[in-house]
Amino acid sequence: MLYALAVFAPLAGALVSGLLGRIIGDKNAMGASILGMVVAAICGPLAFWQLTQGAEPGVLDLGNWIESGRFHVNWALRYDTLSAVMVAMVTFVSMLIHVYSIGYMGHDARPKYRFFAYLSLFSFAMLMLVTADNLVQLFFGWEGVGLCSYLLIGYWYDRPSACAAAIKAFIVNRIADLPFAVGLALIYFKFGSLEFSTIFPAVAAHGSDTYALFGTTFSSIEVIAFLLFIGAMGKSAQLGFHVWLPDAMEGPTPVSALIHAATMVTAGVFLMARMSPLMEYAPYALGFVTFIGASTALFAATIGCAQNDIKRVIAYSTCSQLGYMFAAAGVGAYEASVFHLITHAFFKALLFLSAGSVIHAMSDEQDMRKMGGLWKIIPVTCLVMWIGNLALAGIPPLAGSYSKDAIISATYASGTAIGYYAFVCTLLAAFLTAFYSWRLLFMTFHGKSRADHHALEHAHESPWVMLTPLLVLSVGAIGAGWALNEWFIGADFQHFWNGSIYNGRGSDIIEAIDKVPDWVEQAPLVLAVAGILIAFVMYIVNPLLPVRMAQVFGPIYRLFLNKWYFDEFYDRVLVQPLIRLSRILWQVGDATLIDGVPNGLAELTSDGSKQIVKIQTGSLAVYAFAMLIGVVVLVAIFMLSR
Amino acid sequence: MPALTNIAGFPILSLITWLPLVGALVIATMLRGDEETVATNARWAALWTSLLVLVLSLVLWVSFDQSDPGFQFNESVIWMPEFKVGYKMGVDGISVLFVLLSTLLTPICILSAWDAIKVKVREFMMSFLILETMMVGMFCATDFVLFYMFFEGVLIPMYLIIGIWGGPRRVYAAVKFFLYTLAGSVLMLLALIAMWVQAGTTDIATLMQTAFSPHMQTWLFLAFFASFAVKVPMWPVHTWLPDAHVEAPTAGSVILAGVLLKMGAYGFLRFSVPMLPDASTYFAPFIFAISVVAVIYTSLVALAQEDMKKLIAYSSVAHMGVVTIGIFTFNVQGISGALFQMLSHGIVASSLFLVVGVVYDRIHTREIARYGGLGDRMPGYALVFMLFMMASVGLPGTAGFIGEFLVIIGSLQVNFWLALLGGMGMILGAAYMLYLYRRIIFGRITHADLRGILDLSTREWVVFAPLIALTLWMGIYPSSFTSYFDATVGAMVQHHTAALAATTKLAGIVH
Repeated sequence: MLYALAVFAPLAGALVSGLLGRIIGDKNAMGASILGMVVAAICGPLAFWQLTQGAEPGVLDLGNWIESGRFHVNWALRYDTLSAVMVAMVTFVSMLIHVYSIGYMGHDARPKYRFFAYLSLFSFAMLMLVTADNLVQLFFGWEGVGLCSYLLIGYWYDRPSACAAAIKAFIVNRIADLPFAVGLALIYFKFGSLEFSTIFPAVAAHGSDTYALFGTTFSSIEVIAFLLFIGAMGKSAQLGFHVWLPDAMEGPTPVSALIHAATMVTAGVFLMARMSPLMEYAPYALGFVTFIGASTALFAATIGCAQNDIKRVIAYSTCSQLGYMFAAAGVGAYEASVFHLITHAFFKALLFLSAGSVIHAMSDEQDMRKMGGLWKIIPVTCLVMWIGNLALAGIPPLAGSYSKDAIISATYASGTAIGYYAFVCTLLAAFLTAFYSWRLLFMTFHGKSRADHHALEHAHESPWVMLTPLLVLSVGAIGAGWALNEWFIGADFQHFWNGSIYNGRGSDIIEAIDKVPDWVEQAPLVLAVAGILIAFVMYIVNPLLPVRMAQVFGPIYRLFLNKWYFDEFYDRVLVQPLIRLSRILWQVGDATLIDGVPNGLAELTSDGSKQIVKIQTGSLAVYAFAMLIGVVVLVAIFMLSR
Repeated sequence: MPALTNIAGFPILSLITWLPLVGALVIATMLRGDEETVATNARWAALWTSLLVLVLSLVLWVSFDQSDPGFQFNESVIWMPEFKVGYKMGVDGISVLFVLLSTLLTPICILSAWDAIKVKVREFMMSFLILETMMVGMFCATDFVLFYMFFEGVLIPMYLIIGIWGGPRRVYAAVKFFLYTLAGSVLMLLALIAMWVQAGTTDIATLMQTAFSPHMQTWLFLAFFASFAVKVPMWPVHTWLPDAHVEAPTAGSVILAGVLLKMGAYGFLRFSVPMLPDASTYFAPFIFAISVVAVIYTSLVALAQEDMKKLIAYSSVAHMGVVTIGIFTFNVQGISGALFQMLSHGIVASSLFLVVGVVYDRIHTREIARYGGLGDRMPGYALVFMLFMMASVGLPGTAGFIGEFLVIIGSLQVNFWLALLGGMGMILGAAYMLYLYRRIIFGRITHADLRGILDLSTREWVVFAPLIALTLWMGIYPSSFTSYFDATVGAMVQHHTAALAATTKLAGIVH
């Protein structure tokens, strides 16, 4: 009951504020939305708590959804450790973001009920996703977060850039969703059901099933796993599909926090963990997951080092951290991956919201080159941002150090070639993460101020309604790793997860995390500190150094600055040709070729009749003669055919 | 056997079919008073007639036996005994919901044309009621000759609606529409005669049990295909549709997208698949190929459109491509998905045409570039538009998702690439719809005449309310609808498999 309330209270809030917003007024609509979220944030963690205290996991059936022949899915809420952990995190973080938004959106000229309705709806969609008992309901939430991200990224719909970013987010996600949907169809084809309770026990029996594709046969489990992972790549912005995520910051900052921390992007990682009973039977797909995850972790980190927009840096950092989570999932350490998901939710929400606080203070300035020395003006924001970055960089004992080190160790412990590749990538990324995080801190809060006078004059610390959520999140960013470590990947982790995550090779990989050599355990910290020191040298000791380096390493710098030219590549190779093709198909295909036939026939008919008219001379003799010929021909045919 | 009785105790199907015609005749007698009075009376008479028909069809909805896969509410009168042609009516799981769709959309159309149609209101309302008779009759007919008459009869009022109350190029569009659809019909008539010669009857239920030789099936299939493919419309005979939509008045577009586009697919389901199982199986790959082309090609063309109605017309072709894929998968999910997609498209595409109509009534242009920034002035409109856009895109929780998803499930059982390519509409559909929405609703208002534009009126809300409710209902609890055709589709798939097996067996004996 608590659990259902946690899921549906945000929906109620969204409906009341969204549909009645204009009637009951902005204040009441905001109140309704926040009330719904507060109820959820009480019920969600409580439901999780009950589970840790020995409550029975189960399924809450809400009724039948789709039925067609043998095909059958229900609306149902799954109550197990994995879902409950996610519900607790989503409701809690989302509630804080709601509260923060009261302050952040305070100056926005538009009516605010719409914004709060979207936020609550977003949370609801994510909750439906994580509590789904079957893949179709998961897809409902999956597409629901897609819709809400579209609505929220495009919230300031009078800005062309926001509209473009919103459409881009939706369509890039959709591109990945199609293989995902086909994957579901394949699961139904092979398993005869899309419900977890039917699929999971049957995976082992289908281990040797094959599916013909590209003229050869593959293990059908592998094909399914690949298709599902492509869906996850879209939602979680992995290499190739990552292009929507940085643009998503066109939305108001609380939205970025919600998308990057609690909802949406974590869906792909959650899917891997949820489908672990199936993924574990697909070693090649898992290798691919690790490869993509590790590559994304490093790739996004390189971009993060060269960006000047404060939100963009954090956006690429999200991309990179998601890569970590996939790398862990790929080597079978789903527990570590969900662990990082949860700790990341705290410190990434914290980072985004404090970036919002900076932007709020600086009259909507986002360019770090026009900041500097702000710590005197906004000390609390500066403090929480330090905490967030310390957690992100994995400095002990903050949250990130537990989960991130566990992932790096797990990739090493996996012992496979792809695992070592991931190990190297994630280590390098850890170094870059620390570097760009402190680059951000130094450029924003320290050194000499480069801000213009007007902005500085108006600069002010954010109101308490914004700072309080930041402080709460700081507590999470500091303590979450320490508090959850024992549960998530401690000695008794299997008892905690209670079968909601499946580890094919027993508990080896999680136990192996603690048994890696000392240098593996120390390396991330050493590299992180090195990254911080280099940032310190470059941006505090010798601020001219970055400029010189950008000149010396021109091509590499431009590559990073321009995000490896992915957007340009897609634009030239996909978008523009498709737009040209669509015009050709319309104007040549439809208008000229296809319509040419009937229009041509029509002309032929009218031309033909004009010619035939000429035969009508009016001379009886000609008519009679023609008739005679006709009769002769007819008789001839008649005689011949007999 | 008493001719006109059934479990409802009275000939409900005939009543639903012919009542609109009676209404039209009543309106025809309304001549008294000045033009304005006549118009008002005609509007109200048409509305009440169509509402009465709607209520009657709800009786049908309630008393329909969902577990019976065959025809129900049968009515049978001997009509042309020497040819064994009867006046036979009946509905099964496949047709009953389309009767409801027709009777629901008619009052909505009449209401939407309330102020938009200003000339010859009386004739317009009459045309619409006659159209309703033809549509409902077509879905109810269980005799081929009767079906054929209604099937062709639909053309006439629609031709008039486009040709008289349409836009500037209405005559071109109307003639194109008429000729395209008529050309196919002639071939269907030939097929009809051939079947009658073979089976000695035109009773659809009997024809479904008649085994035509595979060779004959091939020719019959092609004849039917010529007729139905144009009606669907399938690529490449789809170009009449954008023209017809663009020129038709809003109400005409609504009924065209909502019901008339379903006639072709309904024909495939009623005739081709059950009566010609071997030929259907033989031609399925061909149908898949042109359907996939339709999905991708017309979606891309939709992306390039500058006229709102044309864009939605092209999107209709793409959506109907998904329907034809589903039908020819010959499995329960595929066919159910196709049926559901037909119903949901009937609601959603009609709603989208109404959505276009709303701004067209205010600004009198369908050019996309003439809009922009309406979100500020018309928040209610933006919400309604958003809902139907998402339904069109196939967002789970709306009507559009169920059909598309079931078709993907059904088509994967046939072929992986069919599922993937047929599903391309998921991506391209999102592209052209979001792009459209952006150009109309988002952005800043730049055109002066948009500054004073008004949000939805009460009448418009009344028009949209049932459609919104249905779109969500169909998305959240589709079982209320799938349960109607589950039994029939199941029986159909079984019949198809059995027929194929019988042919194979027969071939084995022959060789």
